[in-house]
Amino acid sequence: MSALPNQLNDIIEHYGPHLAFSEGVRLATDAEPDKVVKTHCCFCGQQCGIQLKVKDNVVIGFEPRVDYPFNKGMLCPKGVKRYLQGAHPDRLITALRRDPASPGGFSSMPYDEAIARTAAEIERIQATYGNDAMGVLSGASLTTEKAYLMGKFARVALKTPFIDYNGRLCMVSAGAGNKKAFGVDRAANPWSDILGAEVVWISGSNVAECAPITTNYVWQARENGAKIIVVDPRITPIARTCDLFLPIKPGRDIALFNGILHLMIENDWLDHDFINNWTVGFDAAAEHVKEWTPRKTAEVTGITERAIRQAAEWWGKAKTSFLMHARGIEHHSHGVQNVLGAINIVLASGRIGRENCGYGTITGQGNGQGGREHGQKCDQLPGMRDISNPEHRAHIAGIWGIDEKEMPQAGVDAYEIFRKIDRGEIKGLLSICFNPKVSLPDNNFVARMLDKLEFYVAIDFFLNESAYHADIVLPGSLHEEDEGIVTQIEGRVIKINKAVDPPGDAKQDWRIIQDIARAMGRERGFTFNEPREILDELRVASKGGIADYYGITYEKIERQNGVFWPCYNEEHHGTPRLFEPGSWNPIAKGAGPFYFPDGKARINVAPYTPPAEDVDEEYPIMLTTGRVISQFLSGTQTRRIGPLVEQYPEPRIEMHPRLAEKLGIENGDWATAESRRGVITLRAQVVTTIRPDTIFIPYHWAGAKSANQLTISAQDPISKIPEYKVCAVRVRRAAGAPDWANEQGELAGQTHRPNLVG
Amino acid sequence: MAVPSHLEFFVDPNRCIGCKACVQACSECDTHKGYPMIHLEYIDRAHSVQTVPVICMHCDQPTCAEVCPADAIKRTGDGVVQSARKPRCIACNNCVIACPFGVPKMETGFKLMMKCDMCYDRSSAGLKPMCAAVCPSGALFYGTREQIEQSRPRSQAVKKFQFGGQTITTKVNMMTPKVASAEYLDVTAAMDEQTIGKEITFNILDAASGY
Repeated sequence: MSALPNQLNDIIEHYGPHLAFSEGVRLATDAEPDKVVKTHCCFCGQQCGIQLKVKDNVVIGFEPRVDYPFNKGMLCPKGVKRYLQGAHPDRLITALRRDPASPGGFSSMPYDEAIARTAAEIERIQATYGNDAMGVLSGASLTTEKAYLMGKFARVALKTPFIDYNGRLCMVSAGAGNKKAFGVDRAANPWSDILGAEVVWISGSNVAECAPITTNYVWQARENGAKIIVVDPRITPIARTCDLFLPIKPGRDIALFNGILHLMIENDWLDHDFINNWTVGFDAAAEHVKEWTPRKTAEVTGITERAIRQAAEWWGKAKTSFLMHARGIEHHSHGVQNVLGAINIVLASGRIGRENCGYGTITGQGNGQGGREHGQKCDQLPGMRDISNPEHRAHIAGIWGIDEKEMPQAGVDAYEIFRKIDRGEIKGLLSICFNPKVSLPDNNFVARMLDKLEFYVAIDFFLNESAYHADIVLPGSLHEEDEGIVTQIEGRVIKINKAVDPPGDAKQDWRIIQDIARAMGRERGFTFNEPREILDELRVASKGGIADYYGITYEKIERQNGVFWPCYNEEHHGTPRLFEPGSWNPIAKGAGPFYFPDGKARINVAPYTPPAEDVDEEYPIMLTTGRVISQFLSGTQTRRIGPLVEQYPEPRIEMHPRLAEKLGIENGDWATAESRRGVITLRAQVVTTIRPDTIFIPYHWAGAKSANQLTISAQDPISKIPEYKVCAVRVRRAAGAPDWANEQGELAGQTHRPNLVG
Repeated sequence: MAVPSHLEFFVDPNRCIGCKACVQACSECDTHKGYPMIHLEYIDRAHSVQTVPVICMHCDQPTCAEVCPADAIKRTGDGVVQSARKPRCIACNNCVIACPFGVPKMETGFKLMMKCDMCYDRSSAGLKPMCAAVCPSGALFYGTREQIEQSRPRSQAVKKFQFGGQTITTKVNMMTPKVASAEYLDVTAAMDEQTIGKEITFNILDAASGY
């Protein structure tokens, strides 16, 4: 296909984003709900409990859910207003086909015809170019049942190795680092262990805006006497009142962790018994960090020697501690090394696997944990199994009823799928729960690749910006329109409950996938009648694997208010805290608490390398990207919710006054940031809460306001995560307002449309 | 129904993260649906991310009521100062100007003063007000005094405020650091003070940044 079907303004006029506000029955104070459904939030990895008020098949509001122990009724503004995504004027209620002659560039078509056309196009592409010419992009906001089904669908129905998911932009560095060090990829502790920690170390996580409820745990720890150490290039709200703030230069985290380990060794702040009994590799790491003296660490990280020594002393001498990190250290071309460095200072302290001694990576997406365990990753099979392991292949092939030889081998990461499109190797694409045109780096390239496809089918509930390029759009389901499990930030498996039915022709996503399989005559293995049946197959498929869900049922989740995996059988309560002394796992089989045959954790040598694109004379400033509290990921949902858009209507370029002064920019001026890949013009926000050598732009917006026009597609060699957190740019005062600002309203996607309710 | 006397409101600005969950949830309360009554502002965004949520402090002797020429503002027996009564309010703005905390808002569309009423429909039924129910960082807390004393050992609750010559006692508590051990908060005197702690942070930042 070529280019967009119609002018961008025309597509936005018809398909949004438009803003929805509370209206009609949602504003009535006397509207009695027909029912109140206990479920969870649809957004981040914390998965807060919430109750949805339902009237006439519409979610009309919420009520705090105090019985769920993680958040006890607490919510962030996204959770409060999430109900406005339902009955939304932009909601897709029919299938669409690309139709440039039609207003908005698409026309409605009967659902069955859209399925038939999709099946025919997939068959044509695979008959012409081979099975491997189809690619699948999936996502970690799907329930685990759907995520499992997507992996199976790609390998069994499409017979293609090329499936990957948007967790590639999120959890893969943490996952790879955790597997290398612990042999398992899950937050090691329940969050209750934060409360009793003497030191809480937070690296690269804007906790208050990206995991707001976690703030309460951190600050409760402080009330109990904990010292809070925050490492970030910006003074975020969690950093504002911390005890020690380390303003690190973007991309230098591993240098800091190596410097801390150096000081721990120098001062003998080590747990020798733990290191000797339960780890491997300490001596090599110790040798490696010899060169990371406080002076060298300070030079590389941009943090003072004094602050580094203070952090090492607090961390080194603590009796209990909790270290957590997020995308700030993971979104790097050496993201896995950063994670290994963080884990090294935990293992050297011996403070893991015990009460109030913990480590956790903060999950980004709603099912960021469960979505990375059961086979929608390009190299993975259910139960966190390895697609290149013959035994694992045989086990899953048996469950799927196929010959092991028919099982495709490992595919490639999500960005590499686009490079394959570029090389003409992938001709057809199916996407669900992924908006790569906004979320992938260097996204002008991504948009060109979507145009290059012979056939692109997108499944979504709104017409996201990637779907603008689709040939067929199938109307999927919102979070509140289906049931299933997700695994949240702590490794707790919880249940999403259905509150309303999908409107019009919209269908639950797993039905759509099965309908496509059936239309291709490949329905064997895709005849589930409800999510519970998918879970039952997943439970058996995961049995004996690292992420063992065999003992997890909807009933047990309900009974226990969540079940922490692994959960081996129906009697097993689950495993809130990993790596407890004497604990059993299927790899060590009793040899030790970690998931290796000898039961010991791995301390890894984690060498420092600078960012893929360092600053130079031409591009002298570092760009880092991230989130704001009122928006979520690529904004497909949150850019359509009026009260959230009003809270932070458009992205701004955060810069320090000293940088602004050099550039002749004042607060509120239009400023242009330019990298080797793209240009963006936004208003400047001049604040002293950021390093003067770094600018920050949040990434939730599309088109001319998309930060990812500038970011670099350099990836970590192990995890393949893109380096969102640092690239080189130059900044100047803009001559005037950008085009999108002149057309504010339409192009900005900020016009109001009424709800589809009375 | 009345607000139970053992449940109290505590504002802990130290914990505010500026997320506006309180503002968004406030507009979901049935007594003023669609209209958030909470003010949440940056103190000085150019230099800090600090924000402060302002709810009605529910004064024992409410200035807003004292200056109301129409006697439209009532304090119920449980200590909650209610929004102006619609038939009486003449939209004169006296209360908006006089309130030392800057709480009441004039909704010109309704010609009515509206303000935080502690979600009276909820709090009088024993539920938490919306803002305190959702606040993800504990900056707005609604519960017993025992709970707050147990969970915030470093802070103490103050409900006495000094505005120039005017002393005000309130139903709502403000959490202050114990080290300061203030009996009351001298609000007007504090207006000229620099934000404490900023220097330490910026010394680290300045020395490191090379600028």
